[in-house]
Amino acid sequence: MEFSNFLLMRHEIVLLAIIVLLVVAEVSIPLKRKSSIVDLSIFLFGIHTALGFISLDSGNLFGGMFHTNGLIHLFKNILNVGVLVLLLQSADWLKEKIIVQNRGAEFFILLFSSLFGMYFMISSGDFLMFYLGLELSTLPVAALAAFEINKRQSSEAGIKFIFSAAIASGVSLFGISLLYATTGSIYFSEIIETISSSNLTILGFILFFTGLAFKISLVPFHFWTADVYEGAPISIASYLSVISKGAAVFILMILLFTVLKPLIHVWENIIYVIAVATMFIGNLFALRQQNMKRFLAFSSIAQAGFILLGMIIGNQLGTATIVYFTLIYIFSNLAAFGVVQAISLETGKERMSDYEGLYRTNPKLSLVMMLALFSLAGIPPVAGFFGKFFLFTAAASEGYYLLVFLAVVNVTISLYYYLLVVRAMFLRKSNSAIPYFQNKIYMRLGLVITVIGILILGIYSPLFDYIFELSSNLN
Amino acid sequence: MDLLSLFLIVPILTIIVLVFSKGLEKARFISMVGSLVQLGMSINLLFAYLKERTINSDIMLFTKDLLWFEQFNIHYAIGVDGISVALLLLTSIVVLAGVFISWKMKDLPKEFFISLLVLSIGVYGFFISLDLFTMFLFFEVAVIPMYLLIGIWGSGPKEYSAMKLTLMLMGASAILLVAILGIYFNSNADGGALTFNILEIAKVNIPIEAQKLFFPLAFIGFAVIGALFPFHTWSPDGHASAPTAVSMLHAGVLMKLGGYGVFRVAMYLLPEGAIHWSWVFIILSATGVIYGAFAALKQTDLKYINAYSSVSHLGLVLFALLMLNKTAWNGAILQSLSHGFMTALFFALIGMIYERTHTRDITKLGGLLKVIPFISVIYVIAGLASLGLPGFSGFVAEMNIFVGAFQHDDMFYRVATVISVAAIVVTAVYVLRVVGIMLMGPVKDDAFLNLERVTWFERTGILLLLIPIVGIGVAPLWLSNMILESLQPFIQGLL
Repeated sequence: MEFSNFLLMRHEIVLLAIIVLLVVAEVSIPLKRKSSIVDLSIFLFGIHTALGFISLDSGNLFGGMFHTNGLIHLFKNILNVGVLVLLLQSADWLKEKIIVQNRGAEFFILLFSSLFGMYFMISSGDFLMFYLGLELSTLPVAALAAFEINKRQSSEAGIKFIFSAAIASGVSLFGISLLYATTGSIYFSEIIETISSSNLTILGFILFFTGLAFKISLVPFHFWTADVYEGAPISIASYLSVISKGAAVFILMILLFTVLKPLIHVWENIIYVIAVATMFIGNLFALRQQNMKRFLAFSSIAQAGFILLGMIIGNQLGTATIVYFTLIYIFSNLAAFGVVQAISLETGKERMSDYEGLYRTNPKLSLVMMLALFSLAGIPPVAGFFGKFFLFTAAASEGYYLLVFLAVVNVTISLYYYLLVVRAMFLRKSNSAIPYFQNKIYMRLGLVITVIGILILGIYSPLFDYIFELSSNLN
Repeated sequence: MDLLSLFLIVPILTIIVLVFSKGLEKARFISMVGSLVQLGMSINLLFAYLKERTINSDIMLFTKDLLWFEQFNIHYAIGVDGISVALLLLTSIVVLAGVFISWKMKDLPKEFFISLLVLSIGVYGFFISLDLFTMFLFFEVAVIPMYLLIGIWGSGPKEYSAMKLTLMLMGASAILLVAILGIYFNSNADGGALTFNILEIAKVNIPIEAQKLFFPLAFIGFAVIGALFPFHTWSPDGHASAPTAVSMLHAGVLMKLGGYGVFRVAMYLLPEGAIHWSWVFIILSATGVIYGAFAALKQTDLKYINAYSSVSHLGLVLFALLMLNKTAWNGAILQSLSHGFMTALFFALIGMIYERTHTRDITKLGGLLKVIPFISVIYVIAGLASLGLPGFSGFVAEMNIFVGAFQHDDMFYRVATVISVAAIVVTAVYVLRVVGIMLMGPVKDDAFLNLERVTWFERTGILLLLIPIVGIGVAPLWLSNMILESLQPFIQGLL
C-alpha cells in the first residue's frame, strides 16, 4: 500500500493531529492563559474544516475496512461545519464556566474524539470498523454530558446516557454477530452477495437496527433523549441532536441502501411503522414542554421521524433528500440551540415563559429563533420548507401517499408548538422580559453562519443538484 | 426586467428599505410609496395585457420560465391571464387602501408594514405562478404573516384567533401538498416527463382513479381558505381579532386565493374528479351560502356580521365554480373581485367606526348618520352593493352566477340554486338591519356627538375601494369580456 493512499483518510489524520496538538498545548500553556486554548481549538478546527473542502478521491483502505467516496466526503464536511458552528456558539460558555475549572482541553479532546469516531463510522466498510466507530463516537459524549460537575442533573444525564448507550450497542453487537452467523462475513461488500431474508438474518437486522435507532432517538428508543438534553450542557445537547444524530442517520441510510438492500421488503415495513410512531410521539410530547431543551429534544425526535420518509424508498432520490434535509436540519437546529445557549449563558433562563416579550428587548435574537423554528416547521421561504417538501416528494414517488398524509398532519401539529415559542417572543409583553444584552463575537459569528445557511440553502438549487449527483455513488 | 417579476421585486425592495427605516412616519411613507408603485404596476399590467391580448392568443401572457430544481423539474414559471390580472389589480388596490387605513399604527409600525408586505408578496406570487411548487410556496408565504399580524396587533382573544387561523390554513395547505404531489406523480401519464407546470399538466389525461382520489384533497386544501362550510370557523374569529388593515387584506384578498386555487388547480387539472365529486361540494357550498347569511343575521358584532357575510358570499363563489358553465364561472370571478373590494371597504369602515366609538356592538350604536355622515353614507353604499343592488358590482356578479346556475335543468341543481338565491333575501335583511339600527334613529350616546372627523388618509383609502365597486357595477363589460376570454381553456378542459 502506498503512502498516498493514506491521504484518503485526510479528515481523520488532520483531526487526530489536532487532538495530539491539544494535548501538547494543554501541557505547555501556562495556567493564566488557559482561555487561549479555546481560541486555539477553534482556529485549528476552522483550518481543518477549510481543508476538508479540498476534493478527495474515492477508494478503499485496509482491505476494504475503510472506504470513502464523494458523498461520504461531503457528509464529513457537513459534520465539520456543524461542529465548527457549535464550537463558536460554545466558546463563551467554555471561557466563562469551563476554563476556570481548567478543563478546556478535555472538552475539545473528548468532542473531537467523538467526531473522530463518527468519521470512522460513516466511512466503515465492515461491521467491525462500524462498531468501533459507533463506540468511539458515543463514549466521549457520555463524559461530556456529565461535564458540568457541579450540577447534579448533568451527572444524571451522563449516567443515563452511558447506560442506555451501553445496552443499545450491546444489542446492536449481538445483531451484528447474528448477521455474521448467517452471511459468513463482516465485510459489507461480501454480505451484499450472500444475504438472504432468513428469519435469523431478519432478527439480526432488527437487533442491529436498535443500536442506530437509539442514536437517532427513534421511537421506541427515544426515552433517554429529553432527560439527557435537559441535564447535559447545551453544547452537548446540541451536539447530540445535530451532529450525532446526523452521522447516525447517514450511516443507517448507507447500510440500508447498500448492504441491507436485499431485505428492503422487510425493513420498509419496519421503517414505515417507526416513522409514524416517531413523528406522532415526538410531536405530541413536544406540545406541552416548557423547558426549551426538552422542547427541542422532542422536536428533534419528530424531525428524525420525517427523515425516515426519505429512508423508506431506498434509492438515489432518497439518499439525496436525506442528505439535503440533514444539512438543513443541522443549520436550523444549531440556530435554535444557539439562541437557547446565548440566553442561558447570559441569564440562566431556559423556560419558554422566560422568552415572553423577548422581541421587544432582543429583536435580533428573536428573529434568529423565529427563522430557526420556521425552518424546523417547514415554512417557506426558509430552507426547512425545501428539505421537507423534497422528503415528502421522495416518499410520494414510490406511492406512499398515506405516509405523506400522516407526515403533513404532523407538520401541522409541530407548527403549533413552534408557534408557541414565536408567540412567547413576539405576541406577549412582559415586564420581566430578558433585558437587552450583546452577544460576544464568537456567538454572533456562530448565529450569523446558521442564519445564512437557513436563508440560502433552500433557495440555492445547485446545492441540491450537487448532492443528487453525488448520491449516485451510493446506489 | 419583466412585468410580472416586478410584483415580487418591488415589495421585497420596499421591505429592505423599511428594515433600515426608523419610526412611524418614515415607515408609513415608504410603505405608501411601495404600494403606490404596486398599484401603478398593476394598472400598467392591465393595459399591457389588454393590448397584448389583441395580438396574442396564448393561454397565458407575459410568461417567463426559469429552471429552478432540475431534479424535480421545478420551474420559476410565471404568466397571467385575464383572471389573474383582475385579481392582481384587486390586491394592489386593497394593499394600498390598507396602508392608508393603518396610517396611525402606533405599536411596532415597521414590523407591521413589513408583515403586510410579506403577505402581499405571497398573494402576488400565488396569482402569477404557473408552477404548482411555487404556487404552494407563495400560498404558505401569504398565510404565515397572518399569525403575527393578528397576534401582535389584533384585539380581543387575538392569540387564540391567530393560532386557530394559522393552524387551520396551514393544515389545509398540508392536505393540499398531498394533492399536489399526487398530481405531480401522475403528470407523466401520457409518457412525458414529470412536471409541476399547470399548463403542461392540463394537457395530460391524468388517470380517472387518481383524479377521483386527489380532487377532494386539492379542493378542500384550497377551499378552506375560501371559507368552505364546515371549514370556515377560522374566518369569523380571525376577522374579529385582526386589526382593520389585516381584516381588509384577509377578507379582500387572502380568501380569494381559495376560489382561484380551486378553479386553476383542482378543477382545471382534475376535471374528471371535479365532475365526479361536484355534488358533495355543491351541497357544502350551498349550505355555506345560506348558513353564512343566517349566521350574519343573528350577530351583533359588526366584524362578525361581515365575517359571516363573507362566508356566504364566498360560498357563492365556490358554488358558481362548481356549476360548470361559462356564465356561472364568469359570475364567480366577478363575485371574487366584487366581494374583495366590498368587504375590504366594509372592514375599513368598521375600523373607522370602532376607532371613534370604541365599540363594534350594533346594539350600542345608533344615529351615526347624523354624527359621522361620510362614513355612514359609504356604509349604506357598501351595504347596497353587498345585497346586490343594480349599479354596483355585486349585482353583476350575482346575476351572472344565478343565470348560469339556472341553466342546469335537473332537480338537484335547481334546488341548490333556489336555496342559494334565497340567501340574497337574507343578505338584504341583515344589511338593512345593521343600517337601520346603527345609522338611523336617535343618537344613542352623547359621547357620539363630537366624534373625530374623517381624515384625508381615511378618505383616500375609502375612495380607492369605492371607485372599483361602482366602476364594475356601471361598466362591467370590459372586465367581463376580459374574464370570458380567459375562461376558454377551462371550457375546453372541463365542459
